[in-house]
Amino acid sequence: MGAQVRARGLVKRYGDVVALDGLDLEVEEGTVLGLLGPNGAGKTTVVRVLTTLLEPDEGSAEVAGVDVLADPAAVRRQIGLSGQYAAVDEYLTGFENLDMIGRLYRLGRTRSRERARELLERFDLVEAGDRPLKGYSGGMRRRLDLAGALVAQPPVLFLDEPTTGLDPRSRSEMWDVIRELVRGGTTLLLTTQYLEEADLLADEIVVIDHGQAIAQGTADALKSQVGGERVEVVVDAAADLEQARSVLSGLATGEVVVDAHTRRLTAPVAGGGKVLVDALGRLDAAGIGVLDVALRRPTLDDVFLALTGRVTEEAAA
Amino acid sequence: MSALTGALGDGAVVAKRNLIKIKRSPELLIFSTLQPIMFILLFAYVFGSAIGQDRTGVNYREFLIAGIFAQTVIFGATLTGAGLADDMKKGIIDRFRSLPMSRSAVLVGRTTSDVLNNVLVITVMSLTGLVVGWRIRTSFLEALAGFLLLLLFAYAISWVFAWIGLLVPSVEVVQSASFIVIFPMTFIANTFVPESGLPGPLRTVAEWNPVSSLTQAARELFGNVAADMPEPTAWPLQNPVLYTLIWSVLILVVFVPLAVRQYKRAASR
Repeated sequence: MGAQVRARGLVKRYGDVVALDGLDLEVEEGTVLGLLGPNGAGKTTVVRVLTTLLEPDEGSAEVAGVDVLADPAAVRRQIGLSGQYAAVDEYLTGFENLDMIGRLYRLGRTRSRERARELLERFDLVEAGDRPLKGYSGGMRRRLDLAGALVAQPPVLFLDEPTTGLDPRSRSEMWDVIRELVRGGTTLLLTTQYLEEADLLADEIVVIDHGQAIAQGTADALKSQVGGERVEVVVDAAADLEQARSVLSGLATGEVVVDAHTRRLTAPVAGGGKVLVDALGRLDAAGIGVLDVALRRPTLDDVFLALTGRVTEEAAA
Repeated sequence: MSALTGALGDGAVVAKRNLIKIKRSPELLIFSTLQPIMFILLFAYVFGSAIGQDRTGVNYREFLIAGIFAQTVIFGATLTGAGLADDMKKGIIDRFRSLPMSRSAVLVGRTTSDVLNNVLVITVMSLTGLVVGWRIRTSFLEALAGFLLLLLFAYAISWVFAWIGLLVPSVEVVQSASFIVIFPMTFIANTFVPESGLPGPLRTVAEWNPVSSLTQAARELFGNVAADMPEPTAWPLQNPVLYTLIWSVLILVVFVPLAVRQYKRAASR
């Protein structure tokens, strides 16, 4: 078992903007690496470099044991790419889209057709398979785009934000599909803006910001760094804040943070919904009126806040 | 598989994809064939009433058709740029570039399907021409040569627009750029009026404009020139077929490599 994807000191500049700033990366064979970061962190640029679409200014990269810069054509035979925007043809049917990709991978006429039918079945698109894509939903297009990346059964797969812009239902369908894929032993590099997604799908997570890796580890390791779950309570009256803090301190795993301005208390906890119910019961018993309450799992914003001391641009906006 | 057969095979796959698109968007097909019909009717009846036979040697409608053909197939060639710009924007070029396919196949396929589109357009225009009084007065082979020359020149122009389509960021830019280039190119020529009537410098431009030689060649090959008209004075118009072939080859030699190079570096975002 060796690394199927290996990048060393990747640098890419666009004028004054540094998209990649000496990024190192490794994906072991048969594992999933989640590349986590906000918009503009350099995720797509990494994928473009590794899939031979873009030449880096500095650094080197290897995919499936082949040097990306020295022999891009050989790399293309080993990879599948599904981009951030579903790169499928509107006017073709689902079948025609997949058949075309098969032909371009040089699978031959018969094999391309077989493979297209197989994939339509696997991705639950049989019924829609012979209709032009114009009538497809966003989720269906993404699934077809992912199917396109699998046509040649490539050993290494790149998925660039596969669920960005999808509704929750399509997103969870997509997750099911990707998880099944990973069970089949594909090496996968996945970029995402969602910690939840990386958590669900990735063996290892690299957090990137400004084109640099700022943290690396399993989802659990990252979460413990961030502090896991939290209960957030907004109390009715500012006068109750102090008392609420001492109530919550009783079940918190760390320091309770109070924001007097918004009358919000944030308590790190462990134990999920039970703790939430417990917290509400205790507040009620103490006669403290509660306006709003929530159990929060750590998000990318929290990871970011913990790692960099600042919020992501989206969260700030 | 050799690089050439690989490129042709991949090119055929891409061309087929583009043709399916034409088939599946009938509204586009209807408008793109209505437009040349409209042009023929407009010019035949509006200009035709002002330009007498004493200027053109033959009936104006007969004179006009080759010019309209030339202009329309050249405009048809701009589709190449719009199509590629659209594929870039939608990320389809990225997908193609990540596949182990020939680096020139997307361009070969696109320019080929655009030629086939032009065949369709020329067919519709010829029928319309026949209705308004245009006739082929030469042999079948000469007429065929005329059509092939029109398609060849348009094919060469397609590669110019392939390069432009990959260079600029959007379909809209390709369209306005093509308008600015193609309109003067097809008007400062003998397409709609005889070049002999143009004022000094414009006349020289028109005489050396390959659109003029293309039009002149088509007119001669269709037999739409009067025997009693004076010979053109400029060399390109005296040897219109040769001059048009030279231009077509030159354009291809310059723009095929340019377009392929641009395809390799194209970054959609």
